[in-house]
Amino acid sequence: MDIFLQQLVNGLTLGSVYAVVALGYTMVYGIIQLINFAHGEVVMIGAMVAFTVITTISGANTGLPPLAIVLAGVLVAVPACMAVGYTLERVAYRPLRKAPRLAPLITAIGLSIILQHLAMIIWSRNPIPFPQIVTVTPYHFTGNPDGATITNVQVAIIATSILMMAGLLGLVYRTKLGIAMRATSQNQEVAGLMGININNVIALTFVIGAALAAVAGVMVGTYYGIAQYQMGFMLGLKAFSAAVLGGIGNLGGAMLGGLLLGVIEALGAGYVGEITNLCQLASWSDAIAARCATDPNLTLFGSNYQDVFAFMVLIAVLVFRPSGLLGERVSDRA
Amino acid sequence: MNITRKLGLTLVAAAAVTLYGCGKEEPKKAEAPKAAAPVEETITVKIAHAGPLTGGIAHLGKDNENGVRLAVDEANARKIKLGGKTVKFEMLTEDDQADPKLGPTIAQKFADAKVAGVVGHLNSGVTIPASAVYNQAGIPMISGSATNPKLTEQGFKVVFRTVGRDDQQGPAVAAYIAGELKAKKVAIADDATAYGEGLANEVEKTLKASGVNIVAREKTNDKATDFKAILTKIKGKNPDAIFYGGMDATGGPMIKQARELGIKATFTFGDGACTAEMTKLGGPASEGLICSQPGIPTQMASKSFQDAFKAKYGEVKQYAPFFYDGANLLIAAMQKADSADPAKYLPALASISYEGATGKIEFDAKGDRKGAEMTIFQMKKGIVEPVAIIKDGKTTKLDGAPAAAAPAAPAPAAPAAAPKK
Repeated sequence: MDIFLQQLVNGLTLGSVYAVVALGYTMVYGIIQLINFAHGEVVMIGAMVAFTVITTISGANTGLPPLAIVLAGVLVAVPACMAVGYTLERVAYRPLRKAPRLAPLITAIGLSIILQHLAMIIWSRNPIPFPQIVTVTPYHFTGNPDGATITNVQVAIIATSILMMAGLLGLVYRTKLGIAMRATSQNQEVAGLMGININNVIALTFVIGAALAAVAGVMVGTYYGIAQYQMGFMLGLKAFSAAVLGGIGNLGGAMLGGLLLGVIEALGAGYVGEITNLCQLASWSDAIAARCATDPNLTLFGSNYQDVFAFMVLIAVLVFRPSGLLGERVSDRA
Repeated sequence: MNITRKLGLTLVAAAAVTLYGCGKEEPKKAEAPKAAAPVEETITVKIAHAGPLTGGIAHLGKDNENGVRLAVDEANARKIKLGGKTVKFEMLTEDDQADPKLGPTIAQKFADAKVAGVVGHLNSGVTIPASAVYNQAGIPMISGSATNPKLTEQGFKVVFRTVGRDDQQGPAVAAYIAGELKAKKVAIADDATAYGEGLANEVEKTLKASGVNIVAREKTNDKATDFKAILTKIKGKNPDAIFYGGMDATGGPMIKQARELGIKATFTFGDGACTAEMTKLGGPASEGLICSQPGIPTQMASKSFQDAFKAKYGEVKQYAPFFYDGANLLIAAMQKADSADPAKYLPALASISYEGATGKIEFDAKGDRKGAEMTIFQMKKGIVEPVAIIKDGKTTKLDGAPAAAAPAAPAPAAPAAAPKK
């Protein structure tokens, strides 16, 4: 039971990071039907910028409390990523807004490669150890001293994610800007005729997504204690899958998809090996029994199928609900 | 990434895959050939070195080159005579950029230049394709760092190495886990690369043979950052020790996450995670980890070599003593056969018994070094220090760490921690 709870905690932490990143994909898709493949790289840049700020401040021995230093990292990373998000939209996507949909998609992939390599030039190709200035304290929340733990960093990640998601929902459904965004996503031309500045709304969507990505980058960096110029790629892919799983273009779907994907991944890695352990069939076949006598870990799928398992769930969902868990059936959307 | 992954086979140092675009360096061409005016009593013998002199691990390639150059300079100073004539050794050196495709090209270049012998290359991935060319040309070749077993399994008579093999490393770590750590239950994980999985399999095989219970066999990948899921599973099995076959980039975060989950087992690694980077990537969690490297620790190379090397080139980075020995082996075999003709001195090389900077060197029938040592290191206060040497399955404990100045880590503390530029 402790192990199950621990996997659940692991999965929820990972999932809330996926959810925050997935929001960036889903917002942009919802408004201009573009899959912004460079979004994962924005997360990476957020982590890298925060890394630079945090090392500089903690190296200067200012005596600031660790939390303040991390906060400073976030406060610099967020505007930096917003600038990157704005630049991407302004320079690469806006000129292509009326182009066939394949053109911006390819551009997004190109931008992702450019950003990765720029980061490689700036921050080197080595994995960068993220400074561990916040002391990680595990809490044994079941009361068992050897049992499942949740660390202060994990609590902070989950709480921050929930706060940001709530804030975003409030922004989209409670403010004027949110109304403008929703109107633009329904019909750009008509929204423009109603006096909405389409360019500003779209640019702001990118900027908000990038701000979320920056926070996600700092969270990933402090959680795993490592940052690398390629870290955004797989994270972006997983978050994109999470967005699709929940129904791309749907904010609630991205959050649900992210959390689900994280939990599925953790439980998958933890239990696929045991479920597919051939030794359970030992009573059926002497050949298997003989192998199991020497090798009790004879499994069909080990933890190396962790990612495969997560993506299999994604495919299964899409087969039965092509528009994702919470997505609406809209014929012209992918 | 693929190239880096291949490098991992030989390289001890993911950490070494360092600064982008640093260390640009022109491969030094040999000095003007003197052969144009052959004086009767002197002959010129060409000894070649090849290794990565540009790119991420250029510093290790340069280290090897310095080792060879030191041996050649010393031989010239000794005024060695072969067949009654004084020999002038001339060193050729080429940059293989750690690129497997360049291996055969450079090998052919050396063959065309009629070199008497080659000391190189650094990476297994480059050495293996190049060795086929050397074999065809009949040129003896000695690598001081290519550890992939396949190199000497090809049946080439001209191929030798002065370091141990990867499949000797696994059993050595396993022997330490079973014998010194006295672990009863061990969990094994790897990064699913040729290097990591191969090493982990060797460890598993040896541990099983010595009656240790393997409680979990997990896999991740070399780009992963989240290991909590497999670590949680491992925690449930409550092992005494954990072995991870992989590089420091994944090993560091893994050990850190394990400690966060409250896993108390001793962590053990192969050479890929036996670097000074581990202390940065793993933080305080890396303290006390056990890891292995082929060969003897650099600070245990002979005093005379260390002094001579330090005077000319500074600190030894990693494989220089093995390449120094490689060049000296070629020269010693030539002296023994009294000829620099590869066909004549090759049998002498195969049967040589030589006291080198890294200890006594003899080759087995395949060209592997007999009784090659493996060193077990332990992380103490952020430095990996040698604690035991394992030779032929026998463990010799080292009492008291060698001079504190000695960086046992293969890579010099790579400047990864600081943002460059």
